[in-house]
Amino acid sequence: MIQFLQMGGYAMYVWPAVALAVAGLALNVLWARRALERAQREARRRLQMRREPA
Amino acid sequence: MSWVWFHRFGSPPYFYRLARRLTPWFAWPALLLLLAGLIWGLAFTPPEVHQGDGFRIIYVHVPAAWLSVQVYVVMALSAAIGLIWRMKVAHAVAASCATVGASFTVIALGTGMLWGKPMWGTFWPWDPRTTSELLLLFLYLGYIGLRSGFDDTARADRASAVLAIVGVVDAPIVHYSVVWWNSLHQGSSLIRAGGPAIARPMLIPLLIMILAFYLYFAAVLLVRTRAEILRRERNAQWIAEELAPPGTRPAGPAAGAFGGPGADALVTRT
Repeated sequence: MIQFLQMGGYAMYVWPAVALAVAGLALNVLWARRALERAQREARRRLQMRREPA
Repeated sequence: MSWVWFHRFGSPPYFYRLARRLTPWFAWPALLLLLAGLIWGLAFTPPEVHQGDGFRIIYVHVPAAWLSVQVYVVMALSAAIGLIWRMKVAHAVAASCATVGASFTVIALGTGMLWGKPMWGTFWPWDPRTTSELLLLFLYLGYIGLRSGFDDTARADRASAVLAIVGVVDAPIVHYSVVWWNSLHQGSSLIRAGGPAIARPMLIPLLIMILAFYLYFAAVLLVRTRAEILRRERNAQWIAEELAPPGTRPAGPAAGAFGGPGADALVTRT
């Protein structure tokens, strides 16, 4: 396990690279889901406003 | 030849409903393949003869770099379709590509720098490949910035589409930079005459990661495009049907779409 984590002496390059990639992918999923939720919330709000009597 | 199928994708309600149904079919395989490829590549492939375990950065660097260029091409193509056929959905797809593509470019540049330091002795060599990839990032950021500078969506679409189409010239430059100029960066190891230059035990997890990135991009693009369509179509009637609770929604992507009440949403008059 220690050998695996040390990555043959390249740990300080390999693991940050993997972390950067995983963080980037995770953030994109979060941003995409947030954008969709925000758009759905806004659309529902507008629909509600249209239904309410003036 | 009938182009009905093509214009069908230009219908916002059709595309929205199709995207909603397709997203899980891309997202879950992407997650599984990402996990499999990462674990296989990091833990079960042999170390490389010259680079030792440092080569394992390939499993995140190459897929990100590859997709960063291809996403830009998709963005430019969608922008061109939006300009030529005046399809709002095409502009929505182009806008949705930008953030994902920029993220892939940042990952490619960052992982490339971390790979370059132990192998080349420097984080950044101003090499043709790295420089053209950096230019690609500026193009993505320029596209995003240009879009956000307009309040009117139609004007934002047109201006950013022109930038995307002009900037696509950088895509072949990134790809062929290692052929056209002297470069520290190695040449193509996958697509080359005589087959891949990578040993099979290392190649298979790399191909898995590349496939995983493609599926991931498709899933995120579909989610983002749905958000973009909702934002653009917020006053359309089909939105009310779509946001109804599950079980009360229309049956399929064709409901209210091509030929139906949503047909006037096919083409925008700007």
